[in-house]
Amino acid sequence: MSGIFCSLRQLSVTYGRGVAAALDGIDLDIVAGERLAIIGESGSGKSTLARALAGLLPEGARVGGEMLWPGLGHAPRPGRDFGVVFQDPGSSLNPVLTIGEQVAEGARRHLGLSWKQAYVRAEELLGRVRIPQPDRTMRAFPHQLSGGQRQRVAIAAAIAARPALLIADEATSALDVVVQAEMVRLLDGLVREDGMTLLFITHDIALASGFVDRIAVFRNARLVEAGPVRSVLSAPKSDYTAALIASHRDLATPPLIAEVQP
Amino acid sequence: MNDALLSVENLSKGFSSGARQVAALDNVSLTISAGETLGLVGASGSGKSTLSRLLLRLLSADAGSIRFEGEDWLALNSASLRRRRARMQMVFQDPLAAFNPLASVGAVLDDPLRIHGVAAKDRRPGEIAMLLERVGLPADYAGRPVRALSGGQRQRVAIARAIAARPSLLVLDEAVSALDVTVRGRILELLVDLQKEQGIACLFISHDLAVVRAVSHRIAVMDGGRIVETGPAAALVAAPQSDAARALVAAVPRLATDPC
Repeated sequence: MSGIFCSLRQLSVTYGRGVAAALDGIDLDIVAGERLAIIGESGSGKSTLARALAGLLPEGARVGGEMLWPGLGHAPRPGRDFGVVFQDPGSSLNPVLTIGEQVAEGARRHLGLSWKQAYVRAEELLGRVRIPQPDRTMRAFPHQLSGGQRQRVAIAAAIAARPALLIADEATSALDVVVQAEMVRLLDGLVREDGMTLLFITHDIALASGFVDRIAVFRNARLVEAGPVRSVLSAPKSDYTAALIASHRDLATPPLIAEVQP
Repeated sequence: MNDALLSVENLSKGFSSGARQVAALDNVSLTISAGETLGLVGASGSGKSTLSRLLLRLLSADAGSIRFEGEDWLALNSASLRRRRARMQMVFQDPLAAFNPLASVGAVLDDPLRIHGVAAKDRRPGEIAMLLERVGLPADYAGRPVRALSGGQRQRVAIARAIAARPSLLVLDEAVSALDVTVRGRILELLVDLQKEQGIACLFISHDLAVVRAVSHRIAVMDGGRIVETGPAAALVAAPQSDAARALVAAVPRLATDPC
């Protein structure tokens, strides 16, 4: 872990004619090879951050400050230098293309492969994201797969061109908890094996805490605090982070009801 | 079980998808006593929402029976069903999709009071103010459009609408899953308070065992259209017996103060 991959300096984003900024003066470094979680609730600006990094802000959005990419030395090329996995794979996959075509496309375009070579790589990738029977799935369409399988395909497509950065924007939030746990294990394994930098955007601080290196907490368009997982969780600097930690529920949390004795 | 408020026996429902026959519900039986919360937990596609739709008679069953408040619930014709529905109310996951987007909060709450004849016209504004207060919203919210509320406030209105008709059973299908964690905690507390005050029974459906655990007296685990395990909440969480329950217990994210 060395070197800054991407550096945000006073980054601000305002949508349309709005007065309220969606991101307000963000200073944050993304270290090459780290797994960084961006934590925030609705309206915190976490998805705006993902869109700004990925160059997907809508027309008319006003951007202030700087985004520097010292790890690349040039402006990032979508798909090649970073891949994005969105929350809803149902709308991020093309419904009329086969799974094989969508995964192979990035590899062909960015790695200079022929379609044939790209299809071979796509099938390997489907195996890596643990799609059962990759050869059959290559010919399937998105609607024939479950939500979890579709999200695995979206991950395969996002890493097809071997990007250095993977941005996962609430990529596990639409999945049930069992599939969500599998997906986190998969992402963790993939970024470790390939030495990718991971930006894991989520509202769930506990889910992120299980596998990331650092946590950055956002609220109302601002960065509240950032630091290594252990120090943010054990000694949060802001009251808001403390409140987020306090509202976490797991099976060890005392229930809200008095249980009836049978 | 004579004292059961709701008892479901051998309920089945299949869907056909092309040539494929899928058993969404396969011989499901369960009971809920008055004032009790039964948590229903399971992965996507396990049949939880199909069960809730059959209970509300939004879908018809292929086989099995439902007794609710001592009546054969599936035998009710549409006129008597409409009257009895006041007693079994629903809160959905997405409160915006569950409302007329143009309605005001007051209009949303006025409907059940009028339709089920809970309060005469001149008493309804007072009743609406009381309902809003009960779910923790200021009375002047009655004039606001539902669209202008936050997700958590909307879900409070959805709960107020559900309790307006004086139900004995609330069916909550992923009712807190779309909410931010800090908001979610307050809605769960509200549900528990309402149950204490009014003795309403709840069927609380979610894929998240931690949330189900927080509010349920008993928990039933669904997998592949069947109930594979039922038991008191504490016992089920401490010693899950089925593979499905063990997977759900293992999948609950824990705050890792010591990352490995």
